Amino acid sequence: MPAKVVTITSGKGGVGKTTATANIAAALASLGAKVVCIDADIGLRNLDVVLGLENRIVYDLVDVVEGRCRLRQAMIRDKRLPELYLIPAAQTRDKSAVSPSDMVRLCDELRPDFEWVFIDSPAGIERGFRNAIAPADLTIVITNPEVSAVRDADRIIGLIEAEEKGPPRLIINRIKLEMVKKGDMLSADDVLELLAIDLLGLIPEDEEVIISTNRGVPVALDGKSRAGQAFRNIAGRLRGEDIPFTELEDHQGSFLGQLTRFLRRGGG
Amino acid sequence: MAQIIDRILNRQPSSAHQAKERMRLILVHDRTNLSSEILEKLKDELIGVISRHIEVDEKGVRIEISQQGREQRLIADIPLRPATRRRLG
Repeated sequence: MPAKVVTITSGKGGVGKTTATANIAAALASLGAKVVCIDADIGLRNLDVVLGLENRIVYDLVDVVEGRCRLRQAMIRDKRLPELYLIPAAQTRDKSAVSPSDMVRLCDELRPDFEWVFIDSPAGIERGFRNAIAPADLTIVITNPEVSAVRDADRIIGLIEAEEKGPPRLIINRIKLEMVKKGDMLSADDVLELLAIDLLGLIPEDEEVIISTNRGVPVALDGKSRAGQAFRNIAGRLRGEDIPFTELEDHQGSFLGQLTRFLRRGGG
Repeated sequence: MAQIIDRILNRQPSSAHQAKERMRLILVHDRTNLSSEILEKLKDELIGVISRHIEVDEKGVRIEISQQGREQRLIADIPLRPATRRRLG
């Protein structure tokens, strides 16, 4: 079966596009799927660092597009997951080095050999974003429960629909359940009601994301992390599994929940 | 708990509630490119056009954008002056 091309985008920077791309791709690969991720953020390469593959880069996306290497030569195999590959962004060039039709051609070449192709979109609504969504079969919009991120997500959803690449699915990242409970943070329901697209996943705020990113290991491979579990749930839903949105339930505030977390931290 | 009591005493809506209400208005504007000034102008012009054919109750005219999912709809509620009152007036 030819690969499904999935683009992860957000409009606003810093909401978790790269983290989500790395983790959903890793979660699918850990389930045995053949996955390749493309870092489309040319000039601001980062997906390699999050995946812990920064030392293995020889060729990049622009080298492939400009014919300096074959596609296979730019594909870096993951250290832990033999079915996961990365095509890194160029660090020294700008977005104009790649066109939307280059991306379509590249993905068409990858489709027969993979089950999933993930594209990490750059922030913004210009050329880099258009490159990233051009080959997409599915687009995922990721946002945080704050006003500026939600506003930009709405704008991006409009642009995706205008390009006839919609409807996108929504991931809400960095939910702080304690703040939601106090009425100091937009809830997942609030964000869903405002943006009015289908939900794909809810990721709680979790320090483990920073810790695992420091180590260059996707948090989805950490069986104990709450964010990791949320990313694995998203991977399952993409495979067509019916996984309920249990992340909405909060065990963080209860005594038992706090004790569990304390014990986990001590043991982990 | 203290915060909840504070809120009840101050009657200040939660910041999340404020955020949601602000976002509602911002997103309508972003999606349609219609400012409240343009909407007001549209209302006046609509009243002008319709009044040429039928008498309307100008004070009762409401024009708003309703949302269903990601679809926007311009809703105009234009009450008419009753014909009897017109004859008497």
